[in-house]
Amino acid sequence: MDAPATSPGELTSIPALLARNVQLFAARPAYREKEYGIWQSWTWAETEAGIRALALGFLELGLAPGDHVAVIGANRPALYWSMVAAQMCGAIPVPLYQDAVAEEMAYVLDHCGARFVVAEDQEQVDKVLEIADRVPHVEMILYHDRRGMRKYDHTRMNALADVQATGRAAGERFEKELRRRTDALGYDDTCVMLYTSGTTGRPKGVVLSNRNIIETSKASAEFDRLTEREEILAYLPMAWVGDFIFSMGQAYWCGFCTNCPESAETMYENLHEIGPTYFFAPPRYFEQRITILLIRMEDAGRLKKAMFDHFMAHAKRVGPDLMDGKPVGLWDRLRYRIGDILVYGPVRNRAGMSKVRVAYTAGEAIGPEIFEFWRSLGINLKQLYGQTEASVFITQQPDGEVRADTVGVPSPGVEVKIGETGEVFYRSPGTFVEYYKNAESTASTKDSEGWVATGDAGFFEEATGHLRIIDRAKDVGKMADGSLFAPKYVENKLKFYPNILEAVVFGAGREMCCAFINIDLTAVGNWAERNNVSYGSYQELAGLAQVLDMIAGHVEEVNASLAGDAMLAGCQIHRFLVLHKELDADDGELTRTRKVRRRIIEEKYGDLIAALYDRSAEVSTVTEVTYEDGRKGSISATLEIRDTRTVPVTAKPLEAAE
Amino acid sequence: MTGIAEAIVAEDTRRIGGILMELKHITLRFGGVTAIQDISFDIREGEIRAIIGPNGAGKSSMLNVINGLYTPSVGEIWYKGARRPAMKPYEVARQGVARTFQNIALFKGMSTLDNIMAGRNTMMRSGLFAQALWRGRAEAEEIAHREQVEKIIDFLEIQHIRKTPVGKLPYGLQKRVELGRALAAEPSLLLLDEPMAGMNVEEKEDMSRFILDVNDEFGTTIALIEHDMGVVMDISDRVVVMDYGKKIGDGTPEEVRNAPEVIDAYLGVAHD
Repeated sequence: MDAPATSPGELTSIPALLARNVQLFAARPAYREKEYGIWQSWTWAETEAGIRALALGFLELGLAPGDHVAVIGANRPALYWSMVAAQMCGAIPVPLYQDAVAEEMAYVLDHCGARFVVAEDQEQVDKVLEIADRVPHVEMILYHDRRGMRKYDHTRMNALADVQATGRAAGERFEKELRRRTDALGYDDTCVMLYTSGTTGRPKGVVLSNRNIIETSKASAEFDRLTEREEILAYLPMAWVGDFIFSMGQAYWCGFCTNCPESAETMYENLHEIGPTYFFAPPRYFEQRITILLIRMEDAGRLKKAMFDHFMAHAKRVGPDLMDGKPVGLWDRLRYRIGDILVYGPVRNRAGMSKVRVAYTAGEAIGPEIFEFWRSLGINLKQLYGQTEASVFITQQPDGEVRADTVGVPSPGVEVKIGETGEVFYRSPGTFVEYYKNAESTASTKDSEGWVATGDAGFFEEATGHLRIIDRAKDVGKMADGSLFAPKYVENKLKFYPNILEAVVFGAGREMCCAFINIDLTAVGNWAERNNVSYGSYQELAGLAQVLDMIAGHVEEVNASLAGDAMLAGCQIHRFLVLHKELDADDGELTRTRKVRRRIIEEKYGDLIAALYDRSAEVSTVTEVTYEDGRKGSISATLEIRDTRTVPVTAKPLEAAE
Repeated sequence: MTGIAEAIVAEDTRRIGGILMELKHITLRFGGVTAIQDISFDIREGEIRAIIGPNGAGKSSMLNVINGLYTPSVGEIWYKGARRPAMKPYEVARQGVARTFQNIALFKGMSTLDNIMAGRNTMMRSGLFAQALWRGRAEAEEIAHREQVEKIIDFLEIQHIRKTPVGKLPYGLQKRVELGRALAAEPSLLLLDEPMAGMNVEEKEDMSRFILDVNDEFGTTIALIEHDMGVVMDISDRVVVMDYGKKIGDGTPEEVRNAPEVIDAYLGVAHD
């Protein structure tokens, strides 16, 4: 490890960075939030004053060092401030996913034992009250938005603004104590606790120290040369480690501005207004924006459409090379410049990507075409590979070495090795301290030398030194004949087709692979409209013969591409069905971050899987669904099962885990 | 440490004040047809007052009498302690009575923002010429009005459709914009004509919450007509029941629900 053991000077906590930023960047904006139709902004000096008042108010309410403070809500300056204020008091912020139902929230609140809860609005307060009898340790609920809160009994409740006012008034009395606590914050004290969404089992509380967050922020900021002039849009859940690194760690390390959108629905518009220079979004986002763009272009005039198609084809040909600084002919450069004025510039502008200098995507594999699309427009979109336990960064792509199928080289300060089973291990200054109150899981994840098992299987490409991820290590299995079974790899290939939203592939220990497919309502619905195919519901659309034909075509293309890869040729899909409902986090089939929960799906749809393997032509089933308000209902359907063509492999399949 | 659960009880902290409007012996005739016959009731400051009744009972006529569209043939209207002479609807509006309509009456081609701005029309003070030039007082005035309008947009959670022409919006959102426009006038009395007609359960829940919040946060007195009995009984403080132009019940939802005349006439349940 080449990272210094301590951070330069006294910068060993977020509050310390805040104090430094006031010195260096006092009049520069630290936060912006769109409210009442206008971007309101706060400088670093104003931010510090606001946070200090909150911290004094917290002290007045009796917040103790080591307390956990739960923070629930959308990205708002007030909530970010609450986290830093809690840190100033020596307490530990625990941001929670705001779309979690009360039930899920109860577990986390109970597990972390929070005494204080900071909630965004009435909706979140109501959720906490609903489960209040199961979390008796919650003493105080503080809320940001006063709306609808007047009739609540305020004995154990207060508005954040009032806490700030009390803090300002109490200033003299608590100044000293606050300074004492803030000065006492060490590099190995806990900075934040983040709960992993957990593809299996209960969420785990990942404890990250100041060292983890600050060292990671420093290294990653240097890697991409981030400065105080960056602008980011904070729109991803505050409970997610990425948001904490980008909007807290890097923002405080570099001193750049965090912009909070007006509401979740206005995110696209706000992105366009802010024009961030540094941007992160999951692959799904980049995919959706292309879908929207292409659907709009279908409705455009013929001339515009022709111009768009012409220049997009040109960008596809030379854009990536220009991006990577490879030689491109003068004539092609000129045409690209014209395209930039007529097409690429306006598209980038509409997508709010005009000023983007560095954009990242991660979380799952991104379709090569989607990836190339954005890069060909001149947007420096890169991939990184990370997890909560690593304070995000494990590997990332340096400028000029960007490809769709790798996740880059180890980030600065991070060591990566591949275990005997193909599992990826890493060790870094960002490596988490422990799972809170879960020594057993800590021990099974992190060994005595500090190596952490990622749970992902992958390998380094010999030529480039870039890491490639195949699948979750525990999901990589063997089929009945011993050949390698990597479901996620196949699922991702399927999901690259715009018509396919989700796919679940089965085959561990079986003689062949079969799949569930979820169609994408936007894309398939649009296709149906253009081809005069009528349908009354998602279920009906999903069951149409033409749709099944179309999906079968996609599956067969994937089979052909798999056959080309000796390791994975055995994973070709022999039979599939299109599900009659969308897989949904409310039904427990996906995690909140929209990852497939394989075990739950296997249990719930056991009858469908049986039908896939017993060669029946169709299957009837009844499925329970949960509506947004928690009520349950059921839908019944008869699903057709299709056989697909597979490509025979001449070479004998390689043994798994050779 | 006792839990927070028992410590928190939602309580009604609103103050229901004196009489804001009193209708005395109102009769309304169109030629030979009597739409309203000798009805008297009052609306108290800060309450949610519902008017219910079967189709053709005269509810909308009653609302039109209150907002000055119709002048009653017989009877008196007392508003804020004074008898109100016959007035035009815009004069009534200037006195602080705003309303929404059963069949949404928005400017379809205009944006949400412009529609709500239009609701502040009665409060604009600068002249036509100054407004056209947008200088000095007109500019300051518009900025102040815009701020109020933005607060309403925030309150009704319609930021995402601020610049969308209302004609393109789904029905439920149009209803919300219309409520916004009425609120923009900062009314002392807000009249809602079937605010939940044609909505699904979720939209009705949203609208109920907005009505309650308006009443609670701004202390606005609300008089509403509604068909959905469940909603009316849930959110109103007092209910007037009409049938064939006559008043057949008046009281709290509980009292009204149990009155035999009401059960007979409106709820249609035979009692033995």
